Amino acid sequence: MESIGDLMGGFAVVLSWHNFIYMLLGIMLGVIIGVLPGLGGANGIAILLPLTFSMPPTSAIILLSCIYWGALFGGAITSILFNIPGEPWSVATTFDGHPMAQKGQAGEALTAAFTSSFVGALFAVIVITLAAPLVAAFALQFGPAEKFSVFFLAFCSFIGMGKEPPAKTVAAMMLGFALAAVGTDTVTGGLRLTFGSTELLSGFDFLVAVIGLFGIGEILLTMEEGLSFKGKATGINPTVVWQTWKTLPRYWLTSLRSCVIGCWMGITPAGATPASFMSYGIAKRASKDGEKFGTGEIEGVVAPETAAHAAGTSALLPMLALGVPGSPTAAVLLGGLLIWGLQPGPLLFVEQKDFVWGLIASMYLGNIVGLVIVLTMVPMFAAILRVPFAVVAPVILVICAIGAYTVHNNTFDVIMMLVFGVAGYFLKKCNYPLAPMVLAIVLGDKAEEAFRQSLLLSSGSVSVFWSSPLVSVIMALGLVALFWTAISAAISRVLKPIFAR
Amino acid sequence: MSNPPNEPQSTGPRHRTVEVWVALCILALGAITMIGSLQVGIGWGAEGPQSGFFPFYVGLIIIAASVINVVRAWAGPGARLFAEWDQLAQVRKVVIPMAIYVAAVPWIGIYVASALLIAGFMRWLGRYSWLFTLCLSVALPIVIYVTFEQWFLVPLPKGPLEDLLGL
Repeated sequence: MESIGDLMGGFAVVLSWHNFIYMLLGIMLGVIIGVLPGLGGANGIAILLPLTFSMPPTSAIILLSCIYWGALFGGAITSILFNIPGEPWSVATTFDGHPMAQKGQAGEALTAAFTSSFVGALFAVIVITLAAPLVAAFALQFGPAEKFSVFFLAFCSFIGMGKEPPAKTVAAMMLGFALAAVGTDTVTGGLRLTFGSTELLSGFDFLVAVIGLFGIGEILLTMEEGLSFKGKATGINPTVVWQTWKTLPRYWLTSLRSCVIGCWMGITPAGATPASFMSYGIAKRASKDGEKFGTGEIEGVVAPETAAHAAGTSALLPMLALGVPGSPTAAVLLGGLLIWGLQPGPLLFVEQKDFVWGLIASMYLGNIVGLVIVLTMVPMFAAILRVPFAVVAPVILVICAIGAYTVHNNTFDVIMMLVFGVAGYFLKKCNYPLAPMVLAIVLGDKAEEAFRQSLLLSSGSVSVFWSSPLVSVIMALGLVALFWTAISAAISRVLKPIFAR
Repeated sequence: MSNPPNEPQSTGPRHRTVEVWVALCILALGAITMIGSLQVGIGWGAEGPQSGFFPFYVGLIIIAASVINVVRAWAGPGARLFAEWDQLAQVRKVVIPMAIYVAAVPWIGIYVASALLIAGFMRWLGRYSWLFTLCLSVALPIVIYVTFEQWFLVPLPKGPLEDLLGL
């Protein structure tokens, strides 16, 4: 198979010593970012992105994607030991992970979480290796109408499948599109929505938005909850790891099911957080020990962690193959690609083979190395959380401010970061989803461009989105996703009497 | 975001009130988007759709969705609190120093401002001794300086103190 050969080429790229060092550095930083409140995968990468402008793109993406894997691992540490989800996708891990730690089984819980994360990520990377080149080859034939239909499908999935009320998802998402529109119109080059302000000429940068919404917003939420970190002791050693590994194959079905759920939710941009909840919920229903879930069942750690990692990893598939990221973090990475001068999308697989396969190879290696690092260094990472919040909070605020400043070397961006932070606090408290908003800010210009070019082709008729079978199918899928809640309710209403008989 | 009205009986603002205000703010942003779009033209120009074409409908959808959100928030249960006043005071303890910090950065540079921010938090929130506070709040900006300016060659905003030191 061609992709296996390409993958081997990718391993050769990653195994050069400086890329390997970047990988280690990325994972360590990632775990720290995942452990600290207010720093997560998305805004951690957003803060570090300006530092990589001068690096070769392949090294930069390896560093940043490894921060992502590290953050995914790190989220589990705080969930299990401190009952504080470091990341939204590890909320479901606290349900059974923390009770296990309270029973003195922290080592078992952590081993199970890390191992499941690894399994989920590995599954997703294999899916990417096999499917991404095919999707990319297929997408090479896409015209503007097809491109827009893919964006349409991505955004409809958020509305229909998110757990937030649809009107709130729509409002947040469209607000993202409006923010993306400010500044220069990419099609005509004219200015718009600046209202005479020179600061707004270059528009709102999504990196600043990400740092504000996720970083500052998160700190404000943490302050409000008045968290004091009271952690459980870790007792992780080779014996515990080995004992736990021996019990894990028992949950192969849960694991496999979670992998599939995770990959599905990651590729359709529902994201890691709903994937972990859904996987936990289904595992609870399907398991014969279902009623014991929540009291410290190892299966309740396996299910959400596997799904969260599978989703987080597979979110990169549409980002690479189609240029449509499946999660906020993938969106930040996509923004990085644009900054390094690479055009995300199907052409990447033709023109930037080293980059794509280097990235995919680094996913394999990064997760293996990540597993070893977290298993051996948990106590050190847990110690970070024992640093009092009065020290950690201002340091994180300063790091966020520096991150926002370095995007454009502009102090106005630091002010915008604080505005986004306060807005993020209120939006989050009022249950507005932030992920579709960030994705809309990143993709707004591209979606608009595809939309307007499609309309130009048809001289203004929206029928262009039904003009070929391919476009029609993707648009129809988008509509199904949009009205998914209603459709699934209707299906279950029809099916119930049939099954009841 | 606007301040929710004071309600002396409760121990915090109602969730419903805040939710309505948030939805109204988003609605206002939608209206601003539509006005801005109208200024640059929302019709069909020589090069196809004009600049305001896309954002105009985006604004329209924001307003439509926000109307639904306002109505739903208004109809929702009224008793739930958004947060207690004590909790909001905690949030204010971050927002106000941060606002001062952000305003000060262009004038005194990011290093001095950061040192003051870290010192302020440690002293008044953490109640650390002056000596420890001083050490950490001076050491961290130096670490930042070495990492960013020396190692990654990324210049950060500087103020009079850096000029004085000739950095």
